[in-house]
Amino acid sequence: MENIGALALLLAFCFAVYAVIGSVVGKLRKNPFLIVSAERAVYSIWILLSIASGILIYALITGNFKMGYVAAHTDASMSNIYKFTAWWGGQEGSLLLWSWLLSTYSAIVVFTNRRKFRDMMPYVTAVLMTTQTFFLILIAFVFSPFEILVAGRGNIVEGMGRGLNPLLQYWTMVIHPPMLYLGYVGFTVPFAFAIGSLITKQPGDAWIHTTRRWTIVTWLFQSTGILLGQGWAYAVLGWGGYWAWDPVENASLLPWITATAFLHSVMMQEKKGMMKVWNMVLISATFFLCIFGTFLTRSGVVSSVHAFAQSPIGTYFVVFLAIGIAATAYLILDRLSYLRSEARLESVVSRESSFMFNNLILLASCFAVLWGTLFPVISEAVSGEKISVDAPFFNRINIPIGLGLLFLTGVGPLIAWRRSSMESLRRAFFWPSIAALVVMVGLGVAGVYEHPYALLSFGLCMFVAATILAEFWKGATAIRTKSGVGFIPAVVELTHRNTRRYGGYLVHMGIVFMFIGYTGAAFNKDVTKEVVPGGSFELGRYTIKIADLQKGENDNYIWQKLLLDVSSGGTSLGTMEPERRMYKSSQQPTSEVAIRRRLNEDLYLNFAGVSNDNQRAVIQAYVFPLVTWIWIGFWVLAVGTLVCLVPSKVRLSYARTQVIGVAERHAPVAK
Amino acid sequence: MKTYVKFGAMVAVIIGLLAWLAMGGISDSKTYYKTIAELGQMGDHAKGKRLRVGGDVQAGSIVRAGSEVSFVLHQDAKTLKVVYNGIDPLPDTFKDGAQALADGKLGPDGVFQANKIQAKCASKYEAKPQLKKDASRASM
Repeated sequence: MENIGALALLLAFCFAVYAVIGSVVGKLRKNPFLIVSAERAVYSIWILLSIASGILIYALITGNFKMGYVAAHTDASMSNIYKFTAWWGGQEGSLLLWSWLLSTYSAIVVFTNRRKFRDMMPYVTAVLMTTQTFFLILIAFVFSPFEILVAGRGNIVEGMGRGLNPLLQYWTMVIHPPMLYLGYVGFTVPFAFAIGSLITKQPGDAWIHTTRRWTIVTWLFQSTGILLGQGWAYAVLGWGGYWAWDPVENASLLPWITATAFLHSVMMQEKKGMMKVWNMVLISATFFLCIFGTFLTRSGVVSSVHAFAQSPIGTYFVVFLAIGIAATAYLILDRLSYLRSEARLESVVSRESSFMFNNLILLASCFAVLWGTLFPVISEAVSGEKISVDAPFFNRINIPIGLGLLFLTGVGPLIAWRRSSMESLRRAFFWPSIAALVVMVGLGVAGVYEHPYALLSFGLCMFVAATILAEFWKGATAIRTKSGVGFIPAVVELTHRNTRRYGGYLVHMGIVFMFIGYTGAAFNKDVTKEVVPGGSFELGRYTIKIADLQKGENDNYIWQKLLLDVSSGGTSLGTMEPERRMYKSSQQPTSEVAIRRRLNEDLYLNFAGVSNDNQRAVIQAYVFPLVTWIWIGFWVLAVGTLVCLVPSKVRLSYARTQVIGVAERHAPVAK
Repeated sequence: MKTYVKFGAMVAVIIGLLAWLAMGGISDSKTYYKTIAELGQMGDHAKGKRLRVGGDVQAGSIVRAGSEVSFVLHQDAKTLKVVYNGIDPLPDTFKDGAQALADGKLGPDGVFQANKIQAKCASKYEAKPQLKKDASRASM
């Protein structure tokens, strides 16, 4: 079986190389048969990698412990779902997942475009398959997931299985890695189209139109992956945090930032024909940051709580990145004349300039995060001393950036293209500004003035929320006066008419909710207490009394559980039961925190351990205000993103300012 | 051209502001990586600097007293006594034999006062190849 898997990988590698050569040569020699055969190679790779993945999954589930990968990442006692997730639990398997996802995406791209873009498609295929070749080199020759554990001469040794860390046996962890991967891998496609359009010297933005949905879906996958990671850290790790600026977290954030910048700046190209070079740079940066993120996670170049042990894999990634970036940079520079801007910036107070500032500070944030993440590497190279920077660095620079972005979120969508008059600014922003001021004064008087950033953040949240609600209100009212339907149907109708615009507003609203949640962290309270059963302690408005300490054991783990009676101002809020477990096979202790989730605040109790004399329980209690709004915000963002994908009922023709003489030369293809 | 000058000026102000924040952030939170051996040689240089030391947690050395936890890190033949009294709970992966990173300052008595402990995420941390083979047992 393993041999078939390894053979499939080897064949897939050969096909990938063939697809690259076949499509490029076929294009240059104008041989359509060669191009079609290259496309068929793409489908074959998907079949081969599906077979390889299927064999690996089968081995994981049936517990074929003579395979090194199976032995290292599963054990017999694990449930099938976690055995399945071991597919991406280790280095070799996760590279196979990367490869398989890329082959799936490639097959979809080739199939859906089989009659479109005949000019550019061979190059798109070539770019996709070059990336595929790189990953197949890794899994077919260097880090094979089908390796057999061998001891002595020809003896096949059977491993016991080392299992999966119980901390990771949690539902969000099942879907967190594949979500991130769907996002990471997905950006290969818009990148391939960008490169294809550069090579064939397409003057317009066909590549942007055709990959718009693709980019949005991929962006949603990435956002979901990041948020699931945050949700897991919050609910499982016992310290109530959701973001620690760890290098691996940063690695997932970097391409998300550039992708977000890209989603905004493509509007400039679509509507004004501006920022063409910039968009090329952004999509390339996103793609290479995705690869870079994989590299950072896999190579151990920066020490991280997540990182794998030092492994030689880093070298391969560095070579791939260096060649890829150099080739892309050369191509963009060589094609600059085809990327000339069709319009000029006319005023600092305009939609164009708000987009530019949005991009500027997103990129500044990306650069700062990258700089901070690589600081140990840079400082070691420059001064010989390895110095790392910590959360305070990232927070200090990213909090103001976040607030600036929040401000632009409110301003950008309402400000006019080209230039805005004072009068129109006043009309659009008078009431939202008043609302924001009221909120800030109210909260300031209530004591929030001690946290100026938090105060500003709440004010801006109100400002943005007010602008968005006003947009929905105005549009819906106009529809109601015309057709006399109810308010809710009017909102639905409004959104359906221009899904991009109103879906975008929903995404912004989700961001506002998330900011409310993040801002709540300024008001966290915590206390660590050692308490005897029967004793009690207080945190904020809560009184927590230890009713009982229970112990027990099952096949999988030994457990201790605290029963805590929680009350506030004399009224009982029920019993919370934080628990500690010691897993038998891995000797890994875990804590199961108890969380009372409410819209205003979460009460978060962690049973940290028992004191040395075994008499008292150590309890860490936290109050996290507003944290639930992060998860609510995410759902709003996800719904908004999906709305953006629904075709608009009314096809709006863009008010695109054409500059005479630079009219588009290509005909738009198959609408 | 006036628009571009205005725009450029605003960009410069934003970049300058962020650079200034970044500089402050770096000097506030920079932490020097040191091995236990290097720490011993630092002498007075270690005073006041934020340091990060890595090593394996010596089996049986973890002692909890109140909210304070003390343990011994060892790397090759060198050992270092560490006292932790930070607010965050110790990670679940922190146990005998785990690889741990301690952030903090070196006290005058040679005891490392840590305010943050990280332990390698054991699941994703792959054993070195020969360990993997030791762990597997022959069944035939």
